[in-house]
Amino acid sequence: MATKYRFLGKATRRKDAVEIVTGRAKFVGDIKLPYMLYGKVLRSPHPHANIKSIDTSKAKKLPGVHTVITHKEAPEWKLGNPSHRHLLDSKVRFVGDAVALIAAETEEIATEAMELIDVEYELLPAVYDVEEAMKPNAPQLYDQFPRNTLPPGFRWWGPRNLQEVVMGDVEEGFKEADVIAEGTYTYENIPNPLPPEPPGLIAAWEGPNTLNIWSSSQAPSMDKLQIYYTMGRTVDIRALGGPCGGSYGTKYMSLPVFLQAAALAKAAGKPVKLCYTKKEHLAVFTLRLGSRIHGKVGMKKDGTVTAISGDWLINTGHYCQATQGQVAVGCGEVQLVVRCPNWNLKPKVVCTNRCASGIVRGYGGQELKCAFLPILTLAMEKIDLDPLEFFKKNYVRPGDGYYWRDGNWWVCRSVDYSRAMEEGARVFGWQERWKGWLKPTAVNGTKRRGVGVGLHGNADTGEDTAEAYVRLDPDGTAMVYSSLCEHGTGQRSSLCKMVAEVLQLPLERIFITPADPSVNPYEFGSAGSRGTYAIGSAYIAAAEDARQKLFALSAQSLNAKPEDLETEDGMIYVKGKPDERVQWRRCIGFNRTVLGYGRFEPDFTLPNFMMTFVEVEVDVETGKVELASVVNSTDVGQIIDPPSLKNQLNGCLGAAGIDSALLEESVLDINNGHMLSTNMIDYKWRTFSELPTIKNVILETPFSSHRFGAIGVGEITTAPGPSAVLMAVSNAIGTRLYSYPITPEKVLMTLGRIKRSNVK
Amino acid sequence: MKKKEIQCISLTVNGQQYELYVGNRPGDVSPSDTLAHTLRETLGLTGTKIGCDEGACGACTVLVDGKPVLSCMILTVECDSRNITTIEGLADAKTGELDPIQQSFIDHTAFQCGFCTPGIIMTTKALLHENPSPTEQEVKEALAGHFCRCISHYHVLEAVMAVVEEK
Repeated sequence: MATKYRFLGKATRRKDAVEIVTGRAKFVGDIKLPYMLYGKVLRSPHPHANIKSIDTSKAKKLPGVHTVITHKEAPEWKLGNPSHRHLLDSKVRFVGDAVALIAAETEEIATEAMELIDVEYELLPAVYDVEEAMKPNAPQLYDQFPRNTLPPGFRWWGPRNLQEVVMGDVEEGFKEADVIAEGTYTYENIPNPLPPEPPGLIAAWEGPNTLNIWSSSQAPSMDKLQIYYTMGRTVDIRALGGPCGGSYGTKYMSLPVFLQAAALAKAAGKPVKLCYTKKEHLAVFTLRLGSRIHGKVGMKKDGTVTAISGDWLINTGHYCQATQGQVAVGCGEVQLVVRCPNWNLKPKVVCTNRCASGIVRGYGGQELKCAFLPILTLAMEKIDLDPLEFFKKNYVRPGDGYYWRDGNWWVCRSVDYSRAMEEGARVFGWQERWKGWLKPTAVNGTKRRGVGVGLHGNADTGEDTAEAYVRLDPDGTAMVYSSLCEHGTGQRSSLCKMVAEVLQLPLERIFITPADPSVNPYEFGSAGSRGTYAIGSAYIAAAEDARQKLFALSAQSLNAKPEDLETEDGMIYVKGKPDERVQWRRCIGFNRTVLGYGRFEPDFTLPNFMMTFVEVEVDVETGKVELASVVNSTDVGQIIDPPSLKNQLNGCLGAAGIDSALLEESVLDINNGHMLSTNMIDYKWRTFSELPTIKNVILETPFSSHRFGAIGVGEITTAPGPSAVLMAVSNAIGTRLYSYPITPEKVLMTLGRIKRSNVK
Repeated sequence: MKKKEIQCISLTVNGQQYELYVGNRPGDVSPSDTLAHTLRETLGLTGTKIGCDEGACGACTVLVDGKPVLSCMILTVECDSRNITTIEGLADAKTGELDPIQQSFIDHTAFQCGFCTPGIIMTTKALLHENPSPTEQEVKEALAGHFCRCISHYHVLEAVMAVVEEK
């Protein structure tokens, strides 16, 4: 397989590599505009309060301050799904909610001005727990949402968007079961994916109806659309995306930050840069959804699942941008790992008085799986079934169906992933290391080892429309028009590689436009795992279109039919006569370019899968859990760029991935609503000296509907791990754990070595 | 009344000498300016990144007299007469040839989003200067203060060890 293609499957230099290693890559914080001001946000110290009065007069008088905006002067822009909150409001709903916006000549002056604003609050009771918030007498965040429960539905996914998993007859299903297991699991540690570069942008108005934005973004086309609709479809938006210093989904949630800067820039009549501090990043920017399930499953002795029911309670914090969209995708994904004819899984999205949860890599699916898969394991334990065998038996194979986010029933036409699962198990040594439920793999003094396995799949590989332009220039170069931002996956370079393969043109001769949606075609962004299949297919089609047009234009001068022509290295020739090659410009002229167009229509029939095996070592004396080894196994059809793929798979650990099972937790003080983990010492992350062994098992079974047989897997690497770790630790210590993260305190408490404290 | 003293500091950055006034006019170094701020905002050397601005992520690492320093944790006025190297100063100024560490990071795709990369490369530069043949464990310990969220750690280690083995 390795030599099948000229570029694909081989390690090539990332297009932006030199810029990155020399420091020349311009992130948004590196950009300065003439007359630019700096924005700051005054934030609420209270979790829930009405603003009785606010006096900005002293702040406005401070030399260097240009603008102060409160809810009284703020534009009437409304955000959320459904639209539910203003950019600034007379009510604050979490510690850190925006109270006033300031633009000044320096950040220091803006910070000083914040201290000169007097605010009088009328304090209101607050609520943090998802079930407390649903009680009839709970504090109400929004008048229009009784019991703090948001209406279901996400229009973006279409009129029939998926809102729950309900099918068959669960009562009958439970009657058919040999065992029934029931339990509550929570994945509510609300980890912060915490990209190294905090969210930020520069906003600058050119006249009243044109807004320019330079941002740290995962998808500038989406930023453009969101701002456009929020501003009442009256403003022309130019959203430029540069390199993005990490996102992991979260920077799809930057709309409030964009609007804050846009409001300031409009009022000040000058460009405004607003980049959050790391403290703001940790205290007020996007967290994972809180996920809790009271669930019940019925299973036969052979591992057949007969019924699944449960309440999935989702804590979205004070604001909901796309949570119902995540519910839809999560509900689709859960069906991919468990085939079952009878379902009654009912999600509820609930607001509480804390920082917003929302879009994070894993997009609902990881949150659901981390709480739901352990309930399945309760039933597996009762019938003493190996979880590897369970997953292999129950995941969706070609020919099986599932409801996807649009509410339609799709039938899988992926490859058979059981080979990848088996190969992963072999590499990990699962058979030798699996000793049964709640049994350690090895015991050595106070150290106990345990193993676990998890599975995740996603049919988002072909999600959303993709459009592409590829332009051939007479000098034998090609331009790829793309609004993708490089946020770490190497996707911009991988697109160029696919185009290179179609055109047989060296990568050095392929260029890619800046991520500017006013120039480039529509681009949903590198969400999910859609880069290789959905986006890639559009660019492959555009390159092929350009190639065919080149042949049509060249046929006459070469005295041949277009179908008899071939191109390589910017030269063109009649098939079989490569020695008589001529440059493109000889055929099309120096004054002509050739533009190819490609389009991809959404296709949800191609779920990918990732199985993750983990081994942990638990010290039962101290409670410390070490992640010893990880094996990820998957099938990608055809590797595009080996190092980029390996990097992405290694990424399973961080950014609210596997480490959300062990280290990562946003610690909220439920006595006063303050986030306690707002620096990078208190918020835990994995360092270079604590790396587990990782092995990535990557199979290449071609997906026939992609020209090069490839499929994306980038997003799903984080999702199967946390529940595998929970399983592994439970096995190591011989007792079940029901929540994340598995801190030393929680381990010791579970073992009865310390008394119950406030540990969740 | 005390006579106002005009103070000036001298920094050598990537071989170029800068005389900067200490004060609060545009282009001055304020006594409260960090070295990271001066490098980025006053001298325009934005290759040095600021992640946390409180000494916990390593992104802003530069060399001060050859030692790796978190430039967000040191005041510029403390750097008078010091010799500073930033990521912009690693490649050969005349030929543009990259430092072997930079080249190895490219060859191993030892980055993803790339925001933490300049800091990691600067610490590596200092480490290999002090200890040209570190073990992988020593490299891990040297880089332990660098926050990389994409998990490029494994490729970084490969890239650094490849430079060590070349030597």
